[in-house]
Amino acid sequence: MIQRALWTTALLAVATPPAWAAEPIRIGLIAPFSGPFAEYGKQMQAGMQAYVKLNGDTVAGRKVEVIVRDTTGPVPEVAKRLAQELVVREKVDFLAGFGLTPEALAVADVATQAKKPMIVMNAASSVITTRSPYVVRVSMTLPQITVPIAGWAAKNGIKKVFILVSDYAPGLDAEAAFRKAFTGAGGEIVDAIRVPLRNPEFAPFIQRVKDARPEAVFVFVPAGEQGIAFMKGFQERGLAAAGIKVIATGDITDDHVVDAMGDAAVGMITSFHYSAAHDSPENRAFLKAYGEVAGGAGRANFMAVAGYDGMAAMYEAARKLEGRLDGDRVVEALKGWKRESPRGPISIDPETRDVVQTIYIRRVEARDGHNWNVEFDQTAPMKDPGKA
Amino acid sequence: MVARLAGVLFDGIAYGSLLYLVSIGLSVTMGLMRFVNLAHGAFAMLGGYLSVALVRQGVPFLATLPLVFVAVALAGGVLERALYRRLYRAPQLDQVLFSIGLTFMAVAAATWVFGPSQQPVRLPEPLRGQIRLAGLDLGRYRLFLVALVAALAILLRLLVERTRFGARLRAAVDDPAVAAAMGIDVARVSAVTFALGTGLAGLGGALGVEVLGLDPTFPVKYLVYFLLAVVVGGAGSLQGTAVAALALGVFDVAGKYYVPQLGAFVIYALMVVLLVAFPAGLYGRRA
Repeated sequence: MIQRALWTTALLAVATPPAWAAEPIRIGLIAPFSGPFAEYGKQMQAGMQAYVKLNGDTVAGRKVEVIVRDTTGPVPEVAKRLAQELVVREKVDFLAGFGLTPEALAVADVATQAKKPMIVMNAASSVITTRSPYVVRVSMTLPQITVPIAGWAAKNGIKKVFILVSDYAPGLDAEAAFRKAFTGAGGEIVDAIRVPLRNPEFAPFIQRVKDARPEAVFVFVPAGEQGIAFMKGFQERGLAAAGIKVIATGDITDDHVVDAMGDAAVGMITSFHYSAAHDSPENRAFLKAYGEVAGGAGRANFMAVAGYDGMAAMYEAARKLEGRLDGDRVVEALKGWKRESPRGPISIDPETRDVVQTIYIRRVEARDGHNWNVEFDQTAPMKDPGKA
Repeated sequence: MVARLAGVLFDGIAYGSLLYLVSIGLSVTMGLMRFVNLAHGAFAMLGGYLSVALVRQGVPFLATLPLVFVAVALAGGVLERALYRRLYRAPQLDQVLFSIGLTFMAVAAATWVFGPSQQPVRLPEPLRGQIRLAGLDLGRYRLFLVALVAALAILLRLLVERTRFGARLRAAVDDPAVAAAMGIDVARVSAVTFALGTGLAGLGGALGVEVLGLDPTFPVKYLVYFLLAVVVGGAGSLQGTAVAALALGVFDVAGKYYVPQLGAFVIYALMVVLLVAFPAGLYGRRA
């Protein structure tokens, strides 16, 4: 039976090319391209373009077409509406992108109903992959990048830590993950404060950290404005001279902004999954291709890498399924998928569909007048500790 | 304990001075010219971007300040003659719609030219870090800010109370019709006042890049704080705006330092209390 069916298909394929071969593979990229988070979308798109540049725009006999949609920021309703339009009107095969958690959560239902694979390229709350069986995440999760820095601090003689986080869901997640991992390793949390997201004056919070005299301050604030404001205050108030170290997750010294942070950032210790300074042939090839497609747009960061790896995942699924894309089979095909990414080896956990990867401990160093996150320690490949 | 309190007071005063510098122009247009100019923050942003762009061209930061003041004042003067003037007699709703529209245009233009991200600024070496004065660690930049704004405030006061221009301005405000009949060119006085106010806002924006940051959403993000200083102080009162801006600065900093759980809420509570007690503002002229 199966044999005969296959033969029939093959004959048909010779006689008239089937519809799916003529149609391009359509990828709907949903991310912020304007507003304060515009950089997210631009990085992802450039990462995807870099992959196409290196691997061609055809896979399994079908051309690849990326349809870009702008969410304008963390607006879940817009993300949801865009996803619906992409599914119904553009008949996309993949939904991809998602800069911020609210966007990803809003689209998860659409992915489930439409049975479309949803490739998450940034949004980092643990919970996202549980919201739809069609979610596959290639970026990172917050607990995954937070727990290693707590372990590193405890191992390296830091006993008293002050926690300063932004008062929003990811900030609270980071606080909880750090607190659990650090006290679990025998450390002490001196105090913890939550800073409002709309906050024109950082100085008093930093003064409070200084007066509490911890050995280190763990910081989690959104990259960009708040990260820069924190580091300015940190420098102005002489916390480094008072012997206080800054430890953080690597989004604060994101490769795209770390140079603009100037001398203030030098010496910061962060944990993250990707640094543009990562030394490997894969990363060199990636950065070269990125420079060619997005010349002048600044340095590639972790979102560009996620776009690059996300594209690799979609190509892989298309190859494995010989171009016959269907949500359930795509997700099946990606379970357990392994890849040598520019950040190092990654794989997709078959149980949670979340990324498994090595996390690096890095220090900001100035080389030839530019700041880089230089990796000096690393964990074994780790799953998302937020789901354990 | 005392040293910490003094430190908090100092930080608050520095922050308040910055608020004062930006808000003073808004207070004048709202109180004296009866114009609700919600685009005021856009002039501050223009000042910030000009300063950043000039520094990037190699101009020293301090030298950019007078240039920024003049350039933004000119821009304000031109816009006043070209656009604002037509709306002085218009209903306040028209003024609000016009100026908020202008704000959105400024936000979009800044995004287009400078991109959506934060602009870094590097201060000259003597203004960085802290110095120790009487057992207190004081930020050098903040000391500079307080001194500069105090000097400007005194100059402004002298300008309004001791000069012929100041007398004309006060006359024009009290009764434009009579002032015009006395031979005062009211239109010109308004234009100069408006330009001066926007110039100061531009200067505040340039000085504020280090403290408040700078991105295209600046005029929207901080509008509330500028309006607070004006409304609490009493629109049109130089002294009132100064007192209100300093109070907001000190209470905001003290609130964040001593009760971080409440975060930025403290100043809103303060505003509610003050406005219930003084509905026309601390130094309000109108009932």
